Amino acid sequence: MSYSKPKFQEKYGNYINGAFVDPIDGEYFDNHSPVDNSLIAKFPRSKEADVKNAIAAANAAKEEWGNTSVTERSAILNKIADILEENLEEFAQIETSDNGKAIRETLNADLPLAVDHFRYFASVIRAEEGSASELNKNTLSLIIQEPLGVVAQIIPWNFPLLMMAWKVAPALAAGNCIILKPAEQTPASATIFAEKVGHLLPKGVLNVIHGFGPEAGKPLASSPDVDKVAFTGETTTGQLIMQYASKNLHPVTMELGGKSPNVFFSSIMDHDDEFLDKCIEGAVLFALNQGEVCTCPSRLLIQEDIYEAFIEKVIARTKAIKMGDPFSPDTMMGAQASSDQHEKILSYINIGKEEGAEVLCGGGAAKLDGDLGNGFYIEPTILKGHNKMRVFQEEIFGPVLAVCTFKDEAEALEIANDTLYGLGAGVWTRDAHQLYQIPRAIKAGRVWVNCYHDYPAHAPFGGYKKSGFGRENHLMMLNHYRQAKNMLISYDKNKLGFF
Amino acid sequence: MTFKRVDITKEAAALLEELKAEHGEVIFHQSGGCCDGSSPMLLPKEDFYLDDNDIHLGEVENVPFYMSHDQFEYWKHTHLTVDITPGRGASFSLEIPKGKRFIIRSRMLTKEEQEHFNPS
Repeated sequence: MSYSKPKFQEKYGNYINGAFVDPIDGEYFDNHSPVDNSLIAKFPRSKEADVKNAIAAANAAKEEWGNTSVTERSAILNKIADILEENLEEFAQIETSDNGKAIRETLNADLPLAVDHFRYFASVIRAEEGSASELNKNTLSLIIQEPLGVVAQIIPWNFPLLMMAWKVAPALAAGNCIILKPAEQTPASATIFAEKVGHLLPKGVLNVIHGFGPEAGKPLASSPDVDKVAFTGETTTGQLIMQYASKNLHPVTMELGGKSPNVFFSSIMDHDDEFLDKCIEGAVLFALNQGEVCTCPSRLLIQEDIYEAFIEKVIARTKAIKMGDPFSPDTMMGAQASSDQHEKILSYINIGKEEGAEVLCGGGAAKLDGDLGNGFYIEPTILKGHNKMRVFQEEIFGPVLAVCTFKDEAEALEIANDTLYGLGAGVWTRDAHQLYQIPRAIKAGRVWVNCYHDYPAHAPFGGYKKSGFGRENHLMMLNHYRQAKNMLISYDKNKLGFF
Repeated sequence: MTFKRVDITKEAAALLEELKAEHGEVIFHQSGGCCDGSSPMLLPKEDFYLDDNDIHLGEVENVPFYMSHDQFEYWKHTHLTVDITPGRGASFSLEIPKGKRFIIRSRMLTKEEQEHFNPS
């Protein structure tokens, strides 16, 4: 099977109230593919008036949609999953085209996980129950979950379709109407998603609006007519969105990235076996998705007595990463998502060198042949240094690994927790005590133990510290999209006696 | 001799002037975290709540440049230059519609700058 850039229309509209509509003032922006910088299509440069139309459509639909039975909603979510699955290869090619990531990742990770996500939320809402507590013999407390109503969801460009699934599936499952704003670098897959599954939902339940943060994101996040804002992105915009929501006293959930430590203890090298092989891959997973993952294991901490032996294997495995055409099934790492990311990553490699970090491999832009020469590629890079360096503290969002050593458990924890963020972490050991105690002592929402970058539904995902709050990828996300209604019922025929 | 923690390139300054003319008073706030994090955000001055948790690093073209205190702890040994690159950034930064993105170029403080800003 060979893969290539799919055929796109010349331009797309916003999906509002069950139909594609042109932006009101007729302005569009060009969306380019980072694979070769070629034009994908034009997407609406929406403004406040477009956003207001989407919000109005969602509000008009919320009453009816909020009252659908879980049976109906579950069936629709399952149909959405089926359509994604039937069109898996097409969506994978859209994602690779729009984001630049290797087709083997979109085919085997992004799409299957997105399909499963809809099925997961289709299932769990069927098995859920509210609660009933008899507080005394005459008083019954019923807790019933009700949808918030209309939710705004602003999603990132690193996993456009999967992050859409993480946001859209629980919000729909909980009975909400949605205004989704995809990132302006990757508007394609959410649009094709609306095109293919929109007919399954009543008009106005799902709205997809494109445009730029200051022009379309701001009126969406600050609207008094949305009941909640869910955001994945960076900290300054996160604060800004929380401020806008605070004016309306609306709830928010935030996923704001991290600088995840990946900690390898001496015992991993006790044997030269398949587990050691897994550990080496675990360290090299910094290159998955070109490092554009919120939980990228971008800080590698190695116990000092195995450092030389282990890093040698990690460097060799990193050097074996095959770069090339993202559409080629044997390409292991594709393009960075945009030219500005490409520039930013290079500027970080540069300051790392200036800070005194030693380049163990990579260290610059990757020059590919032909049309790919116009794309945005970076060599997988390993920098050796110490944890106070900026390359150890800031999310580079590229295939750049910062490595340092530690002498014992205490120092490993000190370094691991010396970060503003707390989204992910990895712990690798053959020691049964470390397997439990180290993850418990790391201040992060997700600690992978003897694995990394696994995202099965029903494993909650979210941050500590500046990485944000809220737990996605688990049924507990449903309650971030719901109110708890308490009905307090009295079976007592007698009055209180006060009046 | 005057020392500056943050400078701006000529190209970035030209775009900044254009944006000031369109949006009035603006500020830079250095972001962190996912996606477009680690980039400076240009925001309308009245939009962004600043307090003692933010540190004022200086001004470029009369636009104040801020960063959160805890982040600055890891940045204080470096000099920053606001530059511009073509690109389609996400985020709420005001230059995004122009198809350009502010980025930070960094270098280590010189010995003199280090003694001035971070005396031991």
